[in-house]
Amino acid sequence: MIFGYPLLSVAIWLPIIFGLLVLATGNDRNARLARVIALVGAVLSFLVTIPLYTGFDRLTSAMQFVVQNEWITRYNINYHLGVDGISVLFILLNSFFTPLVVIAGWKVIEKRVAQYMAAFLIMSGLVNGVFAALDAVLFYVFWEAMLIPMFIIIGVWGGPNRVYAAVKFFLYTLMGSLLMLVALLYLYHQSGGSFSILKFHSTPLPSMAVQVMLFFAFFMAFSVKVPMFPVHTWLPDAHVEAPTGGSVVLAAIMLKVGAYGFIRFSMPILPDASHYLAPVMIALSLIAVVYIGLVALAQSDMKKLVAYSSISHMGFVTLGFFLFNAYGIEGALLQMISHGFVSGALFLAIGVLYDRVHSRQIVDYGGVANKMPVFAAFFMLFAMANSGLPGTSGFVGEFMVIMGAVKANFWYAFAAASTLIFGAAYTLWMYKRVIFGAVANDHVKHLHDITARETLVFVILAVAVLGMGLYPLPFAEIMHASVNDLVVQLNTFKIPTPN
Amino acid sequence: MNALASLSPIYAEMFLLVMLCVILIVDQFIVNYTKTVTYLLTQTSLFCTVLILLFTHPTGITHLFNHMFVHDVMSYVLKVFICLSVMAMLLYSRSYLMLRGLFTGEFLALVMFATLGMMVMTSASNFLTLYLGLELLALSLYAMVALQRDSAIATESAMKYFILGAMASGFLLYGMSMLYGATGSLDINRIADVIQHGTPNKSLLVFGLAFIVAGLAFKLGAVPFHMWVPDVYHGAPTAMTMFIGTAPKLAAFAFVMRILVEALQPLMIHWSGMLAILAVLSMAVGNITAIAQTNLKRMFAYSTIAHMGFLLLGVLSGTIEGYGSAMFYAMVYVLMSLGGFGMIMLLSREGFEADTLNDFKGLNQRSPWLAFMMLLLMFSMAGVPPTVGFYAKFSVLNAALAAGHVTLVVMAVLFSLIGAFYYLRIVKLMYFDAPESHEKIYIQPDSSLLISLNGMAILLLGIFPNTLMAVCFVSVRDSLLH
Repeated sequence: MIFGYPLLSVAIWLPIIFGLLVLATGNDRNARLARVIALVGAVLSFLVTIPLYTGFDRLTSAMQFVVQNEWITRYNINYHLGVDGISVLFILLNSFFTPLVVIAGWKVIEKRVAQYMAAFLIMSGLVNGVFAALDAVLFYVFWEAMLIPMFIIIGVWGGPNRVYAAVKFFLYTLMGSLLMLVALLYLYHQSGGSFSILKFHSTPLPSMAVQVMLFFAFFMAFSVKVPMFPVHTWLPDAHVEAPTGGSVVLAAIMLKVGAYGFIRFSMPILPDASHYLAPVMIALSLIAVVYIGLVALAQSDMKKLVAYSSISHMGFVTLGFFLFNAYGIEGALLQMISHGFVSGALFLAIGVLYDRVHSRQIVDYGGVANKMPVFAAFFMLFAMANSGLPGTSGFVGEFMVIMGAVKANFWYAFAAASTLIFGAAYTLWMYKRVIFGAVANDHVKHLHDITARETLVFVILAVAVLGMGLYPLPFAEIMHASVNDLVVQLNTFKIPTPN
Repeated sequence: MNALASLSPIYAEMFLLVMLCVILIVDQFIVNYTKTVTYLLTQTSLFCTVLILLFTHPTGITHLFNHMFVHDVMSYVLKVFICLSVMAMLLYSRSYLMLRGLFTGEFLALVMFATLGMMVMTSASNFLTLYLGLELLALSLYAMVALQRDSAIATESAMKYFILGAMASGFLLYGMSMLYGATGSLDINRIADVIQHGTPNKSLLVFGLAFIVAGLAFKLGAVPFHMWVPDVYHGAPTAMTMFIGTAPKLAAFAFVMRILVEALQPLMIHWSGMLAILAVLSMAVGNITAIAQTNLKRMFAYSTIAHMGFLLLGVLSGTIEGYGSAMFYAMVYVLMSLGGFGMIMLLSREGFEADTLNDFKGLNQRSPWLAFMMLLLMFSMAGVPPTVGFYAKFSVLNAALAAGHVTLVVMAVLFSLIGAFYYLRIVKLMYFDAPESHEKIYIQPDSSLLISLNGMAILLLGIFPNTLMAVCFVSVRDSLLH
């Protein structure tokens, strides 16, 4: 409580309270009021999280800004919040995106505005809760609760096939979550009646069979959210059908939640099983990187293409984690942040085109640069970042993960590095077909360039992408202590090696 | 004076019985189609019963009438909740029944008879008292279902309910007589004592136990004794369905506790295996069959079956932890069930039942607030936090896991995933689909307030479940540990 108020609690509850306020404005007659309250709430919610960065002690790996209160005494469940160098950045990232999403949906969303804005604000608070929770049940509550607004967002404001996508999204994630719940209950009994995540980290689990089963349960929950290769199929559907804001939040924030789960639960709690199963995890990650990269190449729908590209990039993240060295993990975390900026920006850019032409098909475009030069320039920057061009944020994380992979095994690095080619191929090929060439049809002919509101969003994101690419130190230094500590923890085995 | 004071544990039941007679008489003299006086009198009596209960709240365990009747914390808590849920049910169903000409003095009297039966059941400490309470409840329920005489489907379901219910009672009686033969007593504590320390005929005991479990399963509606549930839920007027689906579940929980735990705890290894089969089958059949339903009342019927499976999962753990979680589950279930059926009645109009799934299409556009309440109810039934339904499932799963039933827990979790689908479908209909009718929804202010309270309770108890949980666990601990 450095600044006189419990920062993390405010970061969680402020957006939720504003969300309820927005909801209270009622029907669409008050749409303007709803938008304004939502924007004020989103900006305020971002501002209150800034002290989390400025007041963060970079020298320790301990939890900071800790809040702990009794909650459900029966099961020793506490309202226990805190952040370390790993989670703090995601809270900032999430709070950073909420105002952008509100601005992006300013004009486009015309029906049930209050509900739309409220859903995003409430979700933003819940996601902050996921990253800040240090009690497993608290984590689970936030984790599940954020499904509800996302389900509604996709289902109400999404595209034609939205119902299928929303239900698929919900059931996929619920399946994983329920198995995780069983794992958490098991750990609760093993740890002698505590749901503290930190306590779980030091809970002895001397049986490999048990560890592998728990790993599987967590894997089901987290891999669905990441999403990893065999369980990724909900993502393209959800992305394509979600409204722009929904896609942005899905790609920029939601996917990070799954990866965060691996690094907060699976790996430190189950170090032996993680090492034992690392080859499988790495194989799945590399399949995601290479195979999904190729799948992306074949897409004719822009949103689908970026969705597949997200899966491929997230493959990099899980690859980095399971290398068990500081390069890999730090690179993966940076990749997560960067992917948040870049994929968010790309979905916003596609949203700009969709709002004007109402098509996501690449063939419906061509020669957009002639009509929207400013837009084309921004889109170019984000496309380059997506393909990992040095100087953009996309490069930093990928480079570090590849370095970590070289340390572990040359062929891992070789396969992973192929993404630099595939990534460039699918992103730039799409860019070429949409932006360059002669004006393709009447729709494109009547395009007008981005408005001041849209420009503002893109400028903010461009600064973030370039800033992180050119000077990644502020992002990296904050996580050093925690990552080093994590690496030590990962290599401290819980099963004694037989002599 | 002293004799009267010693009866204080049963004041509530006595008061209810007296008021019941008063209401029956008053109803004869005040001829009024809307039954306002009788209705208000009933509500007041129920409310006063709650007050009396609160004033006579137990300190420890008191037995009355030669160990026929017990007054302990569990029965006290359950009785309070039974009365409150009956009050809520009356409030929800008043205008619904009035429009259908069913809001009669007989209905109110039957409701009070049933309430009295439930109260006797929860406080029974002898098989005879238990049976007495059960039959008082069951006979009132049969009559209530049959109250809509001119509806073929209601009559049919009353018939089914009666025949199957009578058969179940027969099973129970048969099982009880076996136990009597083996132990020489009908007193619950005495039976436990004899089984523990005496040398009763083991095969006779287990034989009797099997019949008792079958009878209980009938009453709870657990698979494979569930056939009556969908038909009765569907056929009965919604208000009656709501009544069957709410307070009696609390009484049934007490019933299970009294017989299986208090009397037959030493036979736990036998009944816990039987309950495991019932629980898994109920969750499987309930959740899978519910997907195929287009009628909301039938869907709720199958969902009840699945919920009862979950409740049994808590009971079969055989620990205080398990019984407490089952009690918590029962309370939460009643709260959700009240809301669910209440919603059907709120959306129904004269000559129109809003009991198919399509009637919920586009509810968000017609009434965002009602849709939000229904959303909370559905997510709570599916067990998604931050609603209270999650903690109900959580505590049951926790108890079962602590008792070492890992496989059962994983199965329960997978079936509740299947269950999530049909709850989700309602949310989908309300939020994603266009409404079929744009008719204005007109709701009485009292029911509108009640549904809001109901929905908010589900959310708030989901955020602060501590108190209700503590109440359940404390009452089970203080009543069942001798």
